[in-house]
Amino acid sequence: MKKLRVAILGSGNIGTDLMIKIQRSEFLDCVLFIGRNLSSPGMAKAINMGINVSDESIRAIEKNPNCCDLVFDCTSAKNAIHHWEILEKLGKIVVDLTPAKLGGLCIPAVNLEESVKQKNVNMVTCGGQASIPIAFAIGKTHKNIEYIEVVSSIASKSAGPATRLNLDEYIDTTEYGVKIFSKAKTTKAILNLNPATPCIDMQTTIFAKVDKANLEELKMEIDLIVEKIKSYVPGYQLLVPPIYENGRIVVMVKAIGLGDYLPKYAGNLDIINCAAITVAEEYAKNRNHG
Amino acid sequence: MIDILISDPTLRDGNHAVSHQLSAKQVAIYCEAANKAKVPIVEVGHGNGLGASSLQVGIALESDKVLLETARKNLSNSKLGIHVIPGFATIKRDLQLAIDIGVDVIRVASHCSEADITQRHISYAREKGKEVYGVLMMSHMVSATLLVEEAKKMELYGAEGIIIMDSAGAYLPNSVTEKISALTSSLNIPVGFHAHNNLGLAIANSITALEAGATILDGTARGFGAGAGNAQLEVLVAVLNKLGYNTNIDFYKILDASEIAELEIMQNIPVIKSESIVSGLAGVFSGFSKQVKRLAKEFNVDQRDIYFALGEKKVVAGQEDIIIEVVMEILKKDKHE
Repeated sequence: MKKLRVAILGSGNIGTDLMIKIQRSEFLDCVLFIGRNLSSPGMAKAINMGINVSDESIRAIEKNPNCCDLVFDCTSAKNAIHHWEILEKLGKIVVDLTPAKLGGLCIPAVNLEESVKQKNVNMVTCGGQASIPIAFAIGKTHKNIEYIEVVSSIASKSAGPATRLNLDEYIDTTEYGVKIFSKAKTTKAILNLNPATPCIDMQTTIFAKVDKANLEELKMEIDLIVEKIKSYVPGYQLLVPPIYENGRIVVMVKAIGLGDYLPKYAGNLDIINCAAITVAEEYAKNRNHG
Repeated sequence: MIDILISDPTLRDGNHAVSHQLSAKQVAIYCEAANKAKVPIVEVGHGNGLGASSLQVGIALESDKVLLETARKNLSNSKLGIHVIPGFATIKRDLQLAIDIGVDVIRVASHCSEADITQRHISYAREKGKEVYGVLMMSHMVSATLLVEEAKKMELYGAEGIIIMDSAGAYLPNSVTEKISALTSSLNIPVGFHAHNNLGLAIANSITALEAGATILDGTARGFGAGAGNAQLEVLVAVLNKLGYNTNIDFYKILDASEIAELEIMQNIPVIKSESIVSGLAGVFSGFSKQVKRLAKEFNVDQRDIYFALGEKKVVAGQEDIIIEVVMEILKKDKHE
């Protein structure tokens, strides 16, 4: 089968982890790894692995537009806007891992097939990938959801400079995603960075205020969707099954990484990268069939 | 005579003590009293600051808008301050609103090792011409060297002073001296200390901070604040006067303000409860106390076990959901035994 040629834009934690994961894909071929500085740790890793690299940022693709079919944007929300202006004209598919929200939001366990009909698909946020499937299950089993709140804690070491600068966009995009997928009236997202050593695993709590909690049905839906997520994020797990406490539903999930670039605690990288690869592979499969 | 800048978060940290249920009326009453006493800065809001009302840390009775507008109307001598934690508060949704309402002082806070998340909020507030401070919370958890590194980042972003918080009430005076001295000798901006009273050291630690070169202190009426409470403001003013520091606060009027606060805004005057001592020893964020108490009762688990487990996990402010996880873990363990 002919592999889809992909380029990775952004050589930070996300981009580098993605590059390593793509080496295992039957459907994707990482043809170019792009950053701004050849001496960054991500670049060094790519060079070491024998991947083609460039330090010319988006210029690398402008100069050689035929180098790839699909671009993973792993930069920042601000840069992603500028990149999309260029990549759209060049006819590239973009899988956007920044919280720029330029394309429709994609949660593979929920809307993979519809997502790949677009040329730009947004992977929401790591917290969004962890929480939205649960929020979706709550939405499926409850009507008139007053409020959903999602709280993620990640290890400080797994949050690079762009993640830190993008906190506001992270919150905004996660809240928007939770709202769209759960149909809750209002939503809120909170992110905590925890510097404890050994590093904490990524963990997300979902709170919901509903008219009447239906825990049994919710538990079934959650079990189903957790299995679905596990098929592409092996380390995703239900930590505290739905309980009703103090007038709210509480569910806790956790994501343990594969330990590709950063150690296993960085489940936040894995969950968004595994989701992004699933989407890109879906494009590849569709193209092969089409 | 050395001038000491006093910031009074009775209506912010104190909100923790009433599960964030301070009303607009209470805010108005205390602001009026603090204003009369010429308290330099009166900090108002949800216990965890701007935009923090949530199931995670507690839904506030009043919106940020109501709290701040009410305070604004009642403060003329005193500046209106807010506590802002990126990760809870966003610039677009929360900070802009607060600036439109007319806050004067913006204290941007992060966990003590995560100063770089404050860059955008600090820069934004400076661009808007506000008085801006950087706050390092749970500062007992890192070394003096690391604290200096993080404080320097905030200074670079534009903070006009750095306040370290003893959010868990875990400090002993010798660590106060070590950390404040390190900061004052490395920074070009004023340094402050925010005490909690879990181990009965809030006033002593505050004075120790001044002796090590700090010039900003936080104190609240009757010590009204999270957990065991803060440094008791009226005591602090008395001690500072006696030591010959200058605060510009009217002593009789601050005594009056504390009476009013006791009468009008407190359900209980803060005391060091048994669990507060454990919390301080375990180094757990003081804001957790209400939820720990509630969950301990709900699931019949010993609060002390919860605090020590949380301390071992090194949880930070804002991670209240982990209390539930810890309770579930304790229950599971009990079942096996």
